[in-house]
Formats: sequence, structure tokens, C-alpha cells
Amino acid sequence: MTGWALAGSHHTGGSMLRFIVRRLLQAIPTLFILSLLIFAWFRALPGGPASAMLGERATPQRIAELNETMGLNDPIPVQYLKFLGRMLNGDFGTSTITGDSVLTEIGRHFPATIELAFAALFLAVAFGIPFGYLAARYRGSLFDTGIVISTLVGVAVPVFFLGFLLKYVFSTQLAWLPPSGRQDVDIDATSVTGFATLDGILTGEFDATLNALEHLALPAIALATIPFAVIVRITRASVLDVLNEDFIRTAESKGLTAQVVRTRHVLRNALLPVATTIGLQTGLLLAGAVLTEKVFVWRGLGFLLAQGIEQRDYPRLQALILLAAVVYVVVNLLVDISYAIIDPRVRVS
Amino acid sequence: MALLEVEDLTVVFGRKGIEPTVAVDKVSFTVESGQTIGLVGESGSGKSVTSLAIMGLLPKRGVQVTGSVRFEGTELLSLSDAQMRDRRGRDLGMVFQDPLSALNPVITIGKQLTETLQRHQGLDNKQARAEAVELLQKVGIPDPARRIDEYPHQLSGGMRQRVMIAIALACRPKLLIADEPTTALDVTIQAQILRLLSELVANTETAMIMITHDLGVVAGLCDEVNVMYGGRIVERAERYALFAEPRHPYTNGLLGSIPRLDMPRGERLVPITGSVIDNIPWTEGCAFAPRCPNANDDCVQGPPPLEELPGGRMLRCYHPVEPAAEQPATSEVAR
Repeated sequence: MTGWALAGSHHTGGSMLRFIVRRLLQAIPTLFILSLLIFAWFRALPGGPASAMLGERATPQRIAELNETMGLNDPIPVQYLKFLGRMLNGDFGTSTITGDSVLTEIGRHFPATIELAFAALFLAVAFGIPFGYLAARYRGSLFDTGIVISTLVGVAVPVFFLGFLLKYVFSTQLAWLPPSGRQDVDIDATSVTGFATLDGILTGEFDATLNALEHLALPAIALATIPFAVIVRITRASVLDVLNEDFIRTAESKGLTAQVVRTRHVLRNALLPVATTIGLQTGLLLAGAVLTEKVFVWRGLGFLLAQGIEQRDYPRLQALILLAAVVYVVVNLLVDISYAIIDPRVRVS
Repeated sequence: MALLEVEDLTVVFGRKGIEPTVAVDKVSFTVESGQTIGLVGESGSGKSVTSLAIMGLLPKRGVQVTGSVRFEGTELLSLSDAQMRDRRGRDLGMVFQDPLSALNPVITIGKQLTETLQRHQGLDNKQARAEAVELLQKVGIPDPARRIDEYPHQLSGGMRQRVMIAIALACRPKLLIADEPTTALDVTIQAQILRLLSELVANTETAMIMITHDLGVVAGLCDEVNVMYGGRIVERAERYALFAEPRHPYTNGLLGSIPRLDMPRGERLVPITGSVIDNIPWTEGCAFAPRCPNANDDCVQGPPPLEELPGGRMLRCYHPVEPAAEQPATSEVAR
């Protein structure tokens, strides 16, 4: 086990660093194109951005005023450069709903979503890979058949439906877990980072952490279901593929123990497609989070987004879209890096 | 006692509801210490399955292996999985056909070498690495101290096969099975690899089973040759005897389809007509009969037995090629 964790650390360390730098540079044009799209979207709103934002209150006079204050009368390229300049300075404008700076709003709600998404991803990966592996190893068994069928169901059930179902069973009927929110108000937890589970540990208020975890359980399970099912299926298929590879027969011909063959030879190669899947699923997780947050009244970015759409808060939406894109780019960067750690062929090419 | 005694080895592939296929049918041969024998035949003749059965590398499900494989007197077929793992890599080594797919793409060649050393010889990391560098040196990898940290895709095909050979011979096994070790390589590299193999086994007194479809490979290497067809041995002879006087029409056909330096100019190569799919089951007669120039009605009345001829040759044929009639006696075979 220790050997392959360090596999990339000998003289290939330099190529790893070069790979990361190259991937980081590739992210720049991606983000640039994204900023163009968001800019164009905002300008293409029906009737122009000002009337779209004002909605029913739009009078010609107010539209003209807003056009002036927002610099919408400037030539398009100038507008774009100003827009880009503001973005780079972290100025995303103020929310038309709350009047707060969009950045402050996001800062307030981001930890909740990160906490939820991270918990869901953790569940999906921590259970998905072992289950997928075992299904492949005992292929054709009752366990395997059960896994294949239940993951199919898992993929097919919509998140919001599963959310309501979990709430009904575990909160309403069994009363084991709280139905909504992030933490009970009467816990009176001290907020340090905004991550409810983490804050309890940092401040020593372990009851607060426990309470936060209880609240986290159901939404995290609901959100984890689809990525879990997908990871199980991909892992299973990938392990079955790798088991047929010639190099597994070579490993067996060397008399390695079954344990070593499985971990060092089968699993490591099988994880390549799984890493890609995890990256893609993380992107989808953000979309799923919107629904999950709605069902469990989880005040995260999804809540912010839903409200922003309902009330046409364009500055907020613009910032959220850009944020989602950045997260997606970063996640895929991490996936590519993990890919390069697992597979030396990626580094060199 | 012979190093390896294979007796009536039979491998049947079959699943519920599917007609079972006999891939290897009562194959018997022995390998003495330090001896090199050849298993020759076309694809589908059962030669690779024979080697995998000896190594215990056939899948457990859907495969039935019967008969006997004794290694230094120990019955390998009745060993447990764990006991067989102790033997593989230590007593029995194997080199596979395509070194690119046979090496793990995400592990350095050094690690792939040291893991077998550490498994069987209990070396620590440092000792295993030093030993691995030496092994790579021995199989002709230039600058092994640097190359040891490279991955298979960074090496050429010939280099990869050298690494594969180093892995197979790492723990000085008494028997090496080489399954078409040169088939996936460039022609220019093939000779190098064969020379390396023959030198290594000669120097270390390792016995070798060379599995190939190429009689040219056998000619330079093997003491004794077993020709397989349809899962059975059809002819066995000492190398020179086999090339000088092939008796089975199939052996004769194989020889006729390789170019020879002493062949008159302009003479055409004679391919064997048909293909393995034309086989009839051995239970009905000689499997080669539908493709055989000598076949007549006798051949489909019942299976010919494997009979011993003077000089120790074994032959399974009702109408063998008559000696010295059409093949001029010569041991000069093109390589």
C-alpha cells in the first residue's frame, strides 16, 4: 500500500509539478469564456437588463436611470472590461433582495452548502467504491444482483422525492432525526467558520457538532444517493474490466498474495474511471443541492439561488453562476491531478 | 524423477447450458531439469491453456482441470490456492506474449520486480531494489539504476519483454514457461529476446517450456518438441529428428509453410489448407483429417492413438508422412 502511494514521488516529481501548472494555465481560458457567457447572458435578457431587473416597476424613466448607474450606455467592449475588472476585484454588486453585497451573502451561505456537498460526496465515495468492488468480486452472486438492482433504483429516484421520503420515515414516523434546518436554535452554538459541524469541535461544544450532524444526516443521504449509485456501478464495471487484463494474470503468475493483487493491481487501475466519475458527479451534486436544500430548508447557496430566481436578483444570480463554474473548474482540476497521481501515463503526455 | 511430469492433463471449458469445450485433451509430457521443450501449434491448439493449467492460472469458475501435474513429485493440481501462490514466481516463472499488456501500466517496473522478490525472498526495500537493478542489468537493460523508476510505457517493446523476463526469472525458478514471448515484437528484436532467454536458462540451469506457433523459434532453442493439434499432442520428437523427418502431416505442413534458406528459388511455400474451425471432434476421428492431404476414410473411423516409434518419437497418425520420401534430410532450418 505504501509503495504505490509514493509511486509518483521519485524522479517523476518534476513532471507532476509541470502537469499541475499546465492544468492551472488551461483553467484561465475556460474561466475567460465563462465570464463572456455570463456577460452576454445578462445583456441578452428580454428588454435589456434594466427592465428585466425592474420587472413590473419598469417605467422608461427608471430604466434610463438604472442604465446610467449600471453603465449600460457604454459601448459593449467597455462594459465587458468594466465587468471583468469588477469581477477580478471581487465586486459582484449588491443583491436586489437584501441590499447586502452579493459576496457577503455568498460568504454567509457557502459553508452550509460545502458542508452538505462534502458530507454527501464523502458518503458516496466511502460506500460507493467498496460496494462496487465487492459486487464485482462476487459477480453474479445474490449480493451483486441486489447491488445492481438497488443502484438502478437509486439513480432513477429524484432527489426531492427521496428527500421527502426520508423525512417522512425518519423524522415524522420514527422521530429519529430532525426534519429540517442545520442546527437547533436552542443549542446556542458559537459560530467560528460557519461550518456547523466544525465549529462545535473548534469551540469544544461537542453537543453542537452532534446536533449539526443529526441535521446533516438526512439531506446528506438524500444528496449522496445518485452519486453513490453511479460510483458503485462505475467501480463495479471498471473492476470487472481490470480483472480481465493481462497484467492481473502476470501479478498472479508472480505468486503475489490475493490481497496485494487486489489492492495494488486491481483497485488502483480500476480507480481511474472512478476518479473521472467523482469529478462529474461533484458538478451534478451542486445542482442536486438546490433541490435538497429546498426540501430540508437548508439555508445554503441553493436556497439563495432559488430565491434569486424567483425574485430576479440578477447580480446575485450572476455571481452564483460564476461561482458554480469556478467550483466545477476547480473540482475537475483536482480530478485531473488525482488522475495524474494514479496514472503516470497522463503526466507525460 | 523428472522436474515436471504432466500426465493426462485435460481442461474442459463449460458453463451450465453450454456445450462443454475440451481445450486440452489428455496431454502428457515431462520436462527434465535444465531441459527446454517446445509446445508448438496454431492458435486454438491448446498450448497456452496447457501452460496456464500448469501454472494454476485458469479461472476457477467454468473450467475443469483433471489429470496430473507433478512438480518435483508434488501434485500441483491438488494444492490449495495459497500453496500454489507460494510456488508461482518462486518455482515456476512465466513470460507472456505481449509485454505491454502484461505489465501493470501504473506501477514502475522496479516495483513490479521488487514485489515478487519481497514476496518470495523476504528482502527489505533496499535489498530488493539492489537485486532488481542487478536483474535488469542481467537482462540487458541499459542504465538500470535510472530505468528502474520508469513505467512500462516509457520503454520500447523489446525492453518491456526484457523486464518481463527479469520478473519471471527474479526468484530463480526451476521452470520457466514462455508463452509466445516474441510474437508481439519486431522481427529484429525477436532474435535478441530468444538469445537472451536461451542464455539465461542455460546459465541458471532453468528448465523451459517454450510455447509458440513458430517452428523457427523452436529450431534454435528446444531439445524436444511437442506438436499439438486440437488439444492433443500429435507428434513428439527430439528437435533434429523432427525437423529432418516430420512424420505427422500437420508437422510437415507447419514446416512447409515456413521459408527456408535451402529452398530452391521460385518455389512456393505450401500453406496448410483450411483452419482450426474445420476440426472434427477427436471422438469421431483425427481432428486434423479435414485439412490433411493424407487423410482417407480410416481417419474418420476413430481417433488415432499416440504411439511410440523407434527412436523415442511419439506419433498420432494412421497415415504418416513416409521418412525421407519428400523431405530431404537436413537440420538446416531457416530461422
